[in-house]
Amino acid sequence: MNLLANLIPAAAEIFLLVMVCFILIADLMLSKSGKFLTYLLVQLTLLGCSIITVGTHTNNVVYAFNGMYVDDLMSDVLKMMSYLGMSMVLVYSRQYLMLRGLFTGEFMVLALFALLGMNVMISANHFLTLYLGLELLSLSLYAMVALQRDSAIATEAAMKYFVLGALASGLLLYGMSMLYGATGSLELGAISNAIAHGVQNKSLLVFGLVFILSGLAFKLGVVPFHMWVPDVYHGAPTAMTMLIGSVPKLAAFAFTVRILVEGLQSLEHDWSGMLIILAIASMAIGNLSAIAQTNLKRMFAYSTITHMGFMLLGVISGGIEGYGASMFYTVVYMMMSLGAFGMIMLLSRAGFEADTLNDFKGLNQRSPWLAFMMMLLMLSMAGIPPTVGFYAKFSVLNSIIQTGHTWLAIVAVMFSLIGAFYYLRIIKLMYFDAPESHAPINVGSDTGLLISMNGLGVLFLGLMPGSLMSICAVSVQQSLLLH
Amino acid sequence: MIFGLPVISVTIWLPILFGILVLATGDDKNAPLARLLALVGSVLGCLVTLPLYTGFDTSTSNMQFVEMHDWITRFNIHYHLGVDGISMLFILLNSFFTVIVVLAGWKVIEKKVAQYMAAFLVMSGIVNGVFAALDSILFYVFWEAMLIPMFIIIGVWGGPNRIYATMKFFLYTLLGSLLMLVALIYLYNLSGGSFEILDFHRVAIPMTAQILIFIAFFFAFAVKVPMFPVHTWLPDAHVEAPTGGSVVLAAIMLKVGAYGFLRFSMPITPDASHKLAGVMIALSLIAIVYIGLVALMQSDMKKLVAYSSISHMGFVTLGLFIFNPYGMEGALLQMLSHGFVAGALFLCIGVLYDRVHSRQIADYGGVVNKMPVFAAFFMLFAMANSGLPGTSAFVGEFMVLMGTIKVNFWYAFAAASTLIFGAAYTLWMYKRVIFGAVANHHVEELTDINAREILIMAILAVFVLGMGIYPLPLSEIMHASVNDLLLHVAHSKLPI
Repeated sequence: MNLLANLIPAAAEIFLLVMVCFILIADLMLSKSGKFLTYLLVQLTLLGCSIITVGTHTNNVVYAFNGMYVDDLMSDVLKMMSYLGMSMVLVYSRQYLMLRGLFTGEFMVLALFALLGMNVMISANHFLTLYLGLELLSLSLYAMVALQRDSAIATEAAMKYFVLGALASGLLLYGMSMLYGATGSLELGAISNAIAHGVQNKSLLVFGLVFILSGLAFKLGVVPFHMWVPDVYHGAPTAMTMLIGSVPKLAAFAFTVRILVEGLQSLEHDWSGMLIILAIASMAIGNLSAIAQTNLKRMFAYSTITHMGFMLLGVISGGIEGYGASMFYTVVYMMMSLGAFGMIMLLSRAGFEADTLNDFKGLNQRSPWLAFMMMLLMLSMAGIPPTVGFYAKFSVLNSIIQTGHTWLAIVAVMFSLIGAFYYLRIIKLMYFDAPESHAPINVGSDTGLLISMNGLGVLFLGLMPGSLMSICAVSVQQSLLLH
Repeated sequence: MIFGLPVISVTIWLPILFGILVLATGDDKNAPLARLLALVGSVLGCLVTLPLYTGFDTSTSNMQFVEMHDWITRFNIHYHLGVDGISMLFILLNSFFTVIVVLAGWKVIEKKVAQYMAAFLVMSGIVNGVFAALDSILFYVFWEAMLIPMFIIIGVWGGPNRIYATMKFFLYTLLGSLLMLVALIYLYNLSGGSFEILDFHRVAIPMTAQILIFIAFFFAFAVKVPMFPVHTWLPDAHVEAPTGGSVVLAAIMLKVGAYGFLRFSMPITPDASHKLAGVMIALSLIAIVYIGLVALMQSDMKKLVAYSSISHMGFVTLGLFIFNPYGMEGALLQMLSHGFVAGALFLCIGVLYDRVHSRQIADYGGVVNKMPVFAAFFMLFAMANSGLPGTSAFVGEFMVLMGTIKVNFWYAFAAASTLIFGAAYTLWMYKRVIFGAVANHHVEELTDINAREILIMAILAVFVLGMGIYPLPLSEIMHASVNDLLLHVAHSKLPI
């Protein structure tokens, strides 16, 4: 295979890397007031990446670098979504970070490095590539959480995140080494083949699987490996929380299905049982704990745990339906969480964080439009039609029922009912209560437009969810089940 | 077709469109404009439903005015609308009541007028969608979307305990809906990939599955009806809701539950329906008798009417689950009649509440001395609520009783007790509020109803009397569909 054929599938990542390095240097030359130029450059980079991703798209599954890297429809769709997500994160957080003196070149460079890590994860077809991508993502995120040096709570969150993240990486590596011992390969396809042809040491394989699953569960933040999620979400500056809580979920989804489906499909019987426990525990603990929270960021942390548990239900069901539903769920979740955190940042001012429930009191009187957008986002999170969150839940439920786990569907909807309570509580605060402060809400034209598009997008996709659903199903079909 | 547009879609989307327009008028500076737009929207919304009535073919039980478009092709979900003799009248009823509600809130609602009017208009469209949807997911979307405006209406413009009431209302109904969703997806897989309600009617289902599906549907619909013992949200919601909210709850929301039984539970799971009919009848009778007694003891007028609603809806579910044409047509007539009567009673209480700001019976007395015109209208509706012959309520109740007595004398005996209890609680309340000497200075300062209120009351009175004296046009519309449904329910759907 010649060099060029290897490079084309990774062209977007290579471009991204070059641009990150360029921005890193260019930023040093720019004065403090020139940061807007860096910001523009970053947005342009994202645009360029998406053009390259579309341009290099083929209808086949293309492997590169001796099977370490894969370019297929699923990776392309997820990458496009991650560019979109990252771009939205930057727009939402610009004003917030400027007011806090965090709108620096480092932030943007780290964000792009995190994006690079995610895209490597999304395209990885080999445990080493996967691990490289994961570490690049994680290290960037640790640093970003710690970016606010003078905040004790942020530093604490960064430490927690780092220590627990390192532990999870260790578990993952340990599991990988066991799989290597059992199958003699780290490439997902080769592992899959080796298991299909029978391995001598089944217990080693299953042990490896348990470690890998634990590592996965850590990164996804599902119960019982969820302890870091609330603390990190709470401690990090909201812009970082938004970044942690939205785009990387796409990579986590890709990571999960690549390992479990492409690599370890033959062990489905073993891992699906474990995932059922993880999923139910996440939905239970996540929903019940979220009710008790007064801090919105903590509440959304628990809500993330719940959503990830729900997403796993699709993986458990399997097949095009199941994986397609999970992918759809993840993409939808990213949109909703971007909007929700975006709203927290919109309401924050210099020196004031609007991150408690009380800050949302009476929002309808202060700004009916923002309240309406937040209502749409919350209804979507609760899975109530006509918002897109309903179809996310619907497609996952459909896949579970199709595989005969109707009881699991009933458990899931009962927990959604509990979940609906705390989303409704936010609507209640916005619409039924009197505001605590009458401080004017300064909405920049870019963020204002984006939040409107985000909220209306949730409604529009709720009315016309068909195409996004089909895209997810087709890409999963092409990527996972045709080889 | 209206101006080249399909009728049912117009009845759904026109009010929603006007709702958005009303919302766009902004804050209370533009309240008069918002009111005017809302009135235009609701009247237009009511007018566009008329072709459904005039163009309706009473000789067939097939769906009419059908619209069918692809919606979510991946799951074979269609935008499929249509009406038959069961659903058509409810669309008319709903659109009509939207006008009444807009008028009733004309002066009373002073804060966030645009949002109030918009919520009702949007809800009107959504409820029409519930009655017209023939695709179960489309139905489900409308069904749940209906909760959102109601949640806001009760929560923003309701009484002191409104937040508890509205949360309870939302979560209670969501519980049932979610179980229904699971049942619908299960049916989708059983029917080989269709969400069409009419396809579900033809699927063979084993007994155990039928019973489970029936129970899932039961939770969804019984909560909405509401049937004993899942009725406890209703008195809270009714009492705390603003007048318009109570009227819509009583006149429309309760009907969607019973409609669900007719459209889903009975035809999809006929064997389970027959098997569990005993339970349903028992629950209905408990509602009729026990809730009737509870109503007798209420000191709050709205609560009294709320309990009386539950008791009357017991008649509806009783009529449905005795599986004969009298019962079913009686139930449908009772649903329509109850819409008018309960709606009118809530408006009457609203009239008093707007003036005195109390719903307690004890705070009134001798109102007739100050409000003679009002007292006359109130009298008519109170009589109708107790099932006086010549009013609409009598027809439905009488037919249900006739149907019931064919099944079992004692069922009918228990059910007939409502004629006594109903008269007792309604008339006793009426006596305490209206007659006697002027009780206090609040009553002393009362002014009689104005032209706008007289107009509302008069329209309702015409319907209540008209339906009572000449119900034939209504039952003609239902006839074909009801017979077809009963025929369908009589056939076992167990796989052979």
